[in-house]
Amino acid sequence: MCTTCGCAGGGVEGMATKGTSGAHVHEGHGHDHGHGHDHGHTHERHDRAHAHGGRPIDVATRTLLLEQDILSKNKGWAERNRGWLEGRQITSLNLMSSPGAGKTTLLTRMIEDLQGDLSISVVEGDQETSRDADRIRATGCRAVQINTGTGCHLDARMVSGALRALDPATRSLLVIENVGNLVCPALFDLGESVKVVVMSITEGEDKPLKYPHMFRAAGVLVLTKLDLLPYVGFDRDACIQHALEVNPRLRIFQVSAVKGLGLDDWYAWLKEEIAR
Amino acid sequence: MHELAITESVVAGVSERVGRSRVLRVVLEIGALSAVMPDSIRFCFDVCSKGTQLEGASLEILEIPCRGRCRACRRDVEMRGAVLLCECGETDVDIVSGRELRVLRVEVA
Repeated sequence: MCTTCGCAGGGVEGMATKGTSGAHVHEGHGHDHGHGHDHGHTHERHDRAHAHGGRPIDVATRTLLLEQDILSKNKGWAERNRGWLEGRQITSLNLMSSPGAGKTTLLTRMIEDLQGDLSISVVEGDQETSRDADRIRATGCRAVQINTGTGCHLDARMVSGALRALDPATRSLLVIENVGNLVCPALFDLGESVKVVVMSITEGEDKPLKYPHMFRAAGVLVLTKLDLLPYVGFDRDACIQHALEVNPRLRIFQVSAVKGLGLDDWYAWLKEEIAR
Repeated sequence: MHELAITESVVAGVSERVGRSRVLRVVLEIGALSAVMPDSIRFCFDVCSKGTQLEGASLEILEIPCRGRCRACRRDVEMRGAVLLCECGETDVDIVSGRELRVLRVEVA
């Protein structure tokens, strides 16, 4: 729920309102009305259940076969976002991880290293504060912050509003930094090109087995904080094996954003994706 | 925690389809790979349905197990633990069922 106005969506802080976390724009989530009625007949004595363009009703048992995808609304918004982004030839990443895995640190390093070559903009998702968007803006990069309030994930409608506020350049890279949470964001398609799960080596090598849904949903795994390898008992081979057991198609990169290790491979892959 | 948003979607989606009828029963299909906990949905349902046509409706959840087919040897594979592992040792398995997350049917008065 949007904690600013109490509506069901998340509040998108406008780009012009840096530092004033209370202000937010609402293009992203119009307030839906309860139901649509697109049929021709009148409604006198209209108290019987009936299907609206779906499967027919069994009148005797009054059972409606709906076979309705519960996430269909989100998927609809995600497809709109995907079309909007593809029309502008924008490559988009949905960065997901548990809190503190190093998403923002990786992202600020990527911006510093790559912004000479390509245009980058960022959608930041957090429950509260614009601290991460402020960190991104400090690099000179354009960013909007979405505060989800009590919400544990970004959904496609929130991102749609953020895209309009951000207005990323044609043929650019858009990075959506999801709320730090290794569970819920796995379920919600945002319309991104690639889902990227970020995992730090301090989290333990069995994380892919403990949170398989996320590792199954992702196309890419970026292992971060590689510079800490000598100090933590992390079995890198076991971690990679677990990740590939859960998702044999996962692309895996190993980096340290702080020390600059392994970034060239990650950037090379990213540039290939953008060129596609 | 996302089950609250999922349950809100169920209530909104069903309300849209049933017109003004009162809903007596809702049947959902939730797959083992959907990352949704049936117990959490049950917990959220009473709260989310309050004040709607779904208030007081019974909720039935059909849990769909995860099944797959091995890409290497084409055998049917069942999920054990977190990994879809074929008897032949292969983990590259096409998922046949388990991703379901839908309202199958409702009964209305």
